[in-house]
Amino acid sequence: MPDYLPELADRLLDGFLVTLRLLALSGLLATAIGTVLAAMRVSPIAPLRAFGTSYVNVFRNTPLVVLFLIAVVGLPAVGVLQGSFFSRAVAALSVYTAAFVCESLRSGINTVDPGQAEAARSIGMTFGKSLRIVILPQAFRAVIPPLASVYIALAKNTSVAGAFGVTEATYQLSNLNRDFPDELYLSFLGIALGYIVIVAVISGTANRLERRVAVGR
Amino acid sequence: MTAVLFDVPGPRARRRYVIGTVVAGLALAALTGWVLWVLWDKEQITPEQWEPFLEPNIVELLYEGLIDTLTAAAVAIALAVAFGALFASGRLSDHAVLRWPSIVVIEFFRAVPLLLLIFFLFLGFGGPLGTFWALVLGLMLYNGSVLAEIFRAGILSVPRGQSEAGYAIGMRKSQVMRLILAPQAVRSMLPAIISQCVVALKDTALGFIIGAPGIVRDAERIYIAPQYNNPLAVGIVLAAIFIIINYSLSRLATYLESRMRREGRAVIGIEAAAEG
Repeated sequence: MPDYLPELADRLLDGFLVTLRLLALSGLLATAIGTVLAAMRVSPIAPLRAFGTSYVNVFRNTPLVVLFLIAVVGLPAVGVLQGSFFSRAVAALSVYTAAFVCESLRSGINTVDPGQAEAARSIGMTFGKSLRIVILPQAFRAVIPPLASVYIALAKNTSVAGAFGVTEATYQLSNLNRDFPDELYLSFLGIALGYIVIVAVISGTANRLERRVAVGR
Repeated sequence: MTAVLFDVPGPRARRRYVIGTVVAGLALAALTGWVLWVLWDKEQITPEQWEPFLEPNIVELLYEGLIDTLTAAAVAIALAVAFGALFASGRLSDHAVLRWPSIVVIEFFRAVPLLLLIFFLFLGFGGPLGTFWALVLGLMLYNGSVLAEIFRAGILSVPRGQSEAGYAIGMRKSQVMRLILAPQAVRSMLPAIISQCVVALKDTALGFIIGAPGIVRDAERIYIAPQYNNPLAVGIVLAAIFIIINYSLSRLATYLESRMRREGRAVIGIEAAAEG
């Protein structure tokens, strides 16, 4: 039986590297999908709006565990999404988080002063241009705090992947407990500390970013 | 459509919107058709996949599972409200001895993944607690900590004059809190509390992972049965059940929030609830 502490450090490192990869990949994908959805939800084309709204209502109200069941067991059974457990976890986390990203962006767009849009339109910008050059940059500033909470929630939600075949940080708790049942408290606190650091980094970055891009309105 | 982004459309813009509507409508119809075709091709739209949900014993199994899930969620929320009230008052206390431990507890349980908490409770105390209480206590600690912050915001949203008036007629701190601040704060917090109930109900599904009683565990028993073998159909039915319940709750929260805003009341909005 190896020593506990070096083993703890080893497995925490392994686990959190996977957690961070999950977080980064699903964060990127969710941001991309969520941005497209937000653009749909504010577009003048009724079917796109309806699609965006339904997407948000469906994925925001489904438990993440059920999405994991569909992505890990359901879809592969019909020949879709047959990659690794890791890629299935990324798929489930991304489509789930995208709904929250979309809602943060939309509420951000709603905080932009109508005068800004009117000015952009009056100098002849098209819908796409006013959205890209005038509305979205301002909306992004307003959405930094809610978006940070979305990414924090995502960081914590990556833990669900541990129950679906991905050896990330939370999985390491049962893994460590199998070999060192007497050290459960330390294992728990060690893993908890890792998540606390991730959460602190995200919210710290968001605070710094918010101060840097803050504009008087 | 956000009025911020558009002028009133003229004839050309209206024509473009019509074209866009037709193109987008066709594209979405094609997408739907493609998804249905893939499902058809993989033999997912067959009586064997979907008929089980009409069998009385399956309906009863799902119904009982749903009752288990709702029970766990209800017990967890009730405990979380008590936990939240306790730690919110601790965090609002004038005594550092009470304030600092409350801050540490609230921030710790908000930062740690709920599943890690549930795993820990299950692995460490699963014997005496059982899966149900490991799940419920985990939900209580997490949702209670989020609710504590909602309660604190609610108390702080009551105008200062209210508590000052209370002190002026000679009330003690506990009386001001109990008789003046809390009753007024409760109404303003209602939308946020209902939103948090949606979060708690969704998280109750995590109990599946440790084998706690609930609808997801019962649903798994359907699709692993060789005569059914329909995981995708089961997943879709599960999702639909949760969506119906949670969507109704979310609509109620949004309705209460907008009504209270119209009445010009202080309100802790639904965004105060936890994301995801």
